[in-house]
Amino acid sequence: MTFSMSYLLEQTINGITLGGLYALVALGYTLVYGILLMINFAHSELFMAGGYVGLGALKLLGDPAVAKTAGMGFLAPIQSFFLSGTVGYICLIAAAFVISGIVVGFMGVFIERFAYRPLRHAPRLAPLISAIGVSIFLQNAALLWISSKQLPYSRVDGTSFVPAKTAFTVAGVNISTMQILIIVTSLVLLAVLDTFVSKTRIGRAMRATSQDRDAAGLMGVDINRVIALAFFIGPALGAIAGVFNGMYYGSVKYNMGFIPGIKSFTAAVIGGIGNLRGAMLGGFLLGIVESLASGFLSNAYRDVVAFIVLVLVLIFRPGGLLGEAVAEKV
Amino acid sequence: MTDAKTQAGTVGKVATIPPKKLALYGVIALLLIIVPTTLQAASGLGFLVRILVVVGIWVLLALGLNIVVGYAGLLDLGYIAFYAMGGYVGVLIGQTVSSSLGSGTYWAMLIPAALAGAATGLALGFPVLRLRGDYLAIVTLGFGEIVRICLVNDLGGLSNGATGLPRGVETLQAPWPSAWLQDTVRFPTPIGEFVFGPNLYWYFVVLLLIIGAIIVIRRLDNSRLGRAWVAMRENEVAAAACGINIRTQKLWAFSLGAMSGGIAGVTFAYVQQFISPESFTFMESVFVVCIVVLGGMGSIPGVIVGALVIRGIPDLIQGLMVAGVIQLSGDVTSMITGYRFLVFGLLMVIMMAVRPQGMIPSKRRALELHPDDDRILAEEDQTLWDLKHRDQSPDDV
Repeated sequence: MTFSMSYLLEQTINGITLGGLYALVALGYTLVYGILLMINFAHSELFMAGGYVGLGALKLLGDPAVAKTAGMGFLAPIQSFFLSGTVGYICLIAAAFVISGIVVGFMGVFIERFAYRPLRHAPRLAPLISAIGVSIFLQNAALLWISSKQLPYSRVDGTSFVPAKTAFTVAGVNISTMQILIIVTSLVLLAVLDTFVSKTRIGRAMRATSQDRDAAGLMGVDINRVIALAFFIGPALGAIAGVFNGMYYGSVKYNMGFIPGIKSFTAAVIGGIGNLRGAMLGGFLLGIVESLASGFLSNAYRDVVAFIVLVLVLIFRPGGLLGEAVAEKV
Repeated sequence: MTDAKTQAGTVGKVATIPPKKLALYGVIALLLIIVPTTLQAASGLGFLVRILVVVGIWVLLALGLNIVVGYAGLLDLGYIAFYAMGGYVGVLIGQTVSSSLGSGTYWAMLIPAALAGAATGLALGFPVLRLRGDYLAIVTLGFGEIVRICLVNDLGGLSNGATGLPRGVETLQAPWPSAWLQDTVRFPTPIGEFVFGPNLYWYFVVLLLIIGAIIVIRRLDNSRLGRAWVAMRENEVAAAACGINIRTQKLWAFSLGAMSGGIAGVTFAYVQQFISPESFTFMESVFVVCIVVLGGMGSIPGVIVGALVIRGIPDLIQGLMVAGVIQLSGDVTSMITGYRFLVFGLLMVIMMAVRPQGMIPSKRRALELHPDDDRILAEEDQTLWDLKHRDQSPDDV
């Protein structure tokens, strides 16, 4: 491996892209942890579900071969809009994100309602174990009911929904449209979420709930609604990351959520769990570190590097980079 | 004062077992010997003994994790790493010394494997044990993955990568006196020829290990250490305020649990005659956690029943199908193997909502996990009343 500036730059840009994905998923972890003090272990599976729902939406709306199968004829007129010209194409891609975000968001709300809410006053181990159960269930549901194989993010005839395109070249390094889209979207979504939480009325209710749930309830905040909202927004962001992940890497698989999920949680912890900007910072940091480690040290050990970063952060700065030290409640 | 004296008296003496319980133990012991022996003799059912061996190893694993999760209340999602360490260390050292130790290799390797497990537990425990519960879960998960990735990538040229150990033509020596038993103890019976084969041999080895583990754990539970664990689990800050060194107690729990994992690991390696990283995935860790949680955290019978149900039933169905005892169509077969995890996931969720204390709960743990149970509440009230009563008139007793 020869060291060169352009290779370093390339790896850094790959890292930032990866970091954008981690950051989007990490926002979901941090949002839920901030309010409920629980690790939503099933979040990584919602990320995976996002990838699948996005693919499904793209196929239904933008794959002529699907409209030709029996019983799907009604799709043809809808598809004719999405397949016509640039505006249609942009709408198609946007629709995939929106549909995926909404569907998975409701999945999140549903999971909270049935798996976590009954355990809200149980010892902390109980919801965590329940979450692991949900995660195993979702992963195997995808394996059994969708496919055990890797599904390509492309039409039946093999053409990709998002063909790789170079947006521009800097110092001999090609930067793809997808990379720019991922980085920009994650930054925009963070800004929107940050404003939402700090400026709006329901955002204030969220912050109040995360500070003291009981007191917030006494002040007239509908706790259940706030928690449900957190369980909508988090998984929706995770689903968007899942669609990006599918488009960027070109495929989805039932177990694709596990490793990115753990790493995104790591990112959330690095930034200071419960802190939205911290999750973003942690995501980008981890993405860059991992990408550089895989480029310059060893690709086989890239996951090990990420886990070691997690352990080091937890040992030396358990509150994370932007977080406050959280004392155990007596 | 007299109170203290009588208490000291009972602690000193060995508690006498009531005859009813003794009879129960006797029946269980007889069944544990007769059933597998009969299965071994019955032609075509020998594979069931093999399943018992596998289940037994999982009981051993679950008993170890039970110390960590059930007694000390630390959720370890990378427990399989200790199992892996025990297995690999046992095989690596065993292969270098097997020429001089011969058939004693497995027995000798129990010690390095247990030490390797405990050392790994300590090495992991030192940095991470001051973390809060859910952080600990994630870090242990990460650790389990690190160990597996290192094994797959053949770190230091020791683990032989994804192919596993032993390398090439090497084999693991069958432990003493397995070969002798197989050659000597064989006689015809009405249901088939009885041969004291390796499966039955391993069954008894695993049974011995389990009994040993149970004795140790029961003694631990009633010791100062065991009570410190419970105090720590219920309220760490209060326990620390009462003078319990939280870090030391946690390290003890971690390393003792890991030790059991190490022993299970080396046993697994020698039973299988082979060891590879694919036996040590995150799903296996989840499996052990499932056994402990569904069986009943902190409850020894619970953990055993948990292992029988979770590990035994799917293996049993599969074994019976392979042996042709039950005939199922291919669809049903793949459905059973496929839906296994799905059902476990669902079971974990339902169990936490309905019966968080597990199938056979430990009394103490049930109190903590399900305090709104009327019966337990009544018991609690009774205990409180008793205590109050005693405080009011200490001379009564």
